[in-house]
Amino acid sequence: MNQPVLECRDVCFSYHSTNGETKALSNISFQINSGEFVAIVGPSGCGKSTLLSIIAGLIKPESGEVILHHTQQQKIGYMLQQDHLLEWRTIWKNILLGPEITGTLTKEKEALAKRLLTEYGLTKFKDKKPGELSGGMKQRAALIRTMVMEPALLLLDEPFSALDYQTRLMVSGDIGSIIRKTGVTAILITHDLSEAISLADRVLVLTKRPASVKNDIPIDLTLSEHTPLSARNAPEFKELFTLLWKEISDEYSEKSS
Amino acid sequence: MNTVKKAADPITDRLPSTAAQQEYVRNHHRHHHLITVLRFLVFLLFLVIWEVAGRLELLDTFFFSSPLMVISNFMKMFSDGSLFTHAGITLWETIVSFLLITLISMLSATILWYSKSLSEILEPYLVVLNSLPKSALAPLLIVWLGTGTGTIIVAGISVAIFGSVISLYTGFLHTDPEKLKLIYTLGGNRFHAFQKVVLPSSVPVILSNMKVNIGLALVGVVIGEFLAAREGLGYLIIYGTQVFQLNMVITSIIILCIIAMGLYQCIQWLEHLYKKKR
Repeated sequence: MNQPVLECRDVCFSYHSTNGETKALSNISFQINSGEFVAIVGPSGCGKSTLLSIIAGLIKPESGEVILHHTQQQKIGYMLQQDHLLEWRTIWKNILLGPEITGTLTKEKEALAKRLLTEYGLTKFKDKKPGELSGGMKQRAALIRTMVMEPALLLLDEPFSALDYQTRLMVSGDIGSIIRKTGVTAILITHDLSEAISLADRVLVLTKRPASVKNDIPIDLTLSEHTPLSARNAPEFKELFTLLWKEISDEYSEKSS
Repeated sequence: MNTVKKAADPITDRLPSTAAQQEYVRNHHRHHHLITVLRFLVFLLFLVIWEVAGRLELLDTFFFSSPLMVISNFMKMFSDGSLFTHAGITLWETIVSFLLITLISMLSATILWYSKSLSEILEPYLVVLNSLPKSALAPLLIVWLGTGTGTIIVAGISVAIFGSVISLYTGFLHTDPEKLKLIYTLGGNRFHAFQKVVLPSSVPVILSNMKVNIGLALVGVVIGEFLAAREGLGYLIIYGTQVFQLNMVITSIIILCIIAMGLYQCIQWLEHLYKKKR
């Protein structure tokens, strides 16, 4: 269980424009073990999404390396801020988009997709267009689209930020428990500290831009069941929240001074 | 299945029809019928004024013709079959140039989307060619290509092609970048991004572009026929003015109107089919 899935070593990245260079990430190093659920928080605009894009291999780091410890390729699942279901496709066609692109659309994939639809309660919306589903259902469909690819590592880029508060609590609970049940290793980027505490096993705090890892806080809650609501009622929750809030607000006050 | 649909679909989740609802629907239909009738009356009024003005010699029918003269000319052309020859040729040339415009501009816009450098290099040329009055090219085309159907089709293409490439390319560029990112996160490349996202999301742009192109193709074909044809409605119009057969000219113009309307309706129908499918 404790073998590393992902290692980032001294990852640096800058954005270039004719007006100059903006350093986004500076010497980011961390390691994520198999089955862990890690949240990454940091001041807004600190380069969290850039880091995720680098891990996903969408952009190359300027220096440093990202090491993925698994044999098969294309084993990273990525959930974007919005569901981005293609509105001209049915839900079924949307969730099979990944296998369709990679040319891995087999009978087994279809069976897996069907099973996931049943598990996430979307079977009867299989032939609907995304426009006919609620925000929460769409986000679940987007999760199926990601999970059908059977990722070894799941990257979540503020996947709940487009939802209203109530839906957000519900969907984050849903998706959190799905991820726990599957045992997939996950990295969640969020600016919502209580979401980070209630979902993750570990929280990485990034500094303001250029981002580096400021702190690595293990989240250990005494819980009977792992739901976001019960997590928010755990005795350690308040203490952890205060700690995280202090870490983040330090960054903001340094910025202004 | 039906019950499932009902529960999920907010559109079908309607209240049973009440009196107020029926009243609303009735008023809605009545309004639409009224508009249709009034539209027709405007047309009829125009014809009546034209005809009466001719009879009272307020208009010289030698220059302005009259609705009844046009109708009799129409019947004559109908019975000797010349109507079908000329209208058929113009229609055929328009459809061929429209199809070629669509094909060429889709291909060009796709290539421009693939290669950002190429589009940057070609941009000023496209803009200049697009703003050039294309009728200025027609005499040149005759010198280069001679007179004949080929020249006329090229004239039709030249009018619409540059604008079409520009608007399709701009449409392609307006694809949601996050949706493209989605394709890349699922392991796709630029080809997949085009096939799965850019093309399907650009269908409305492509259809509205087609509507513009079909009209412009007709314009180009008629300009071509003015200069380089022995058949076709454009030729009839030029010939008619030269021999002072204004009945022939006006009949041809009316047939052009009908062709333009028909072609536009075809694209409208395609658009309707597409919307229904979605």
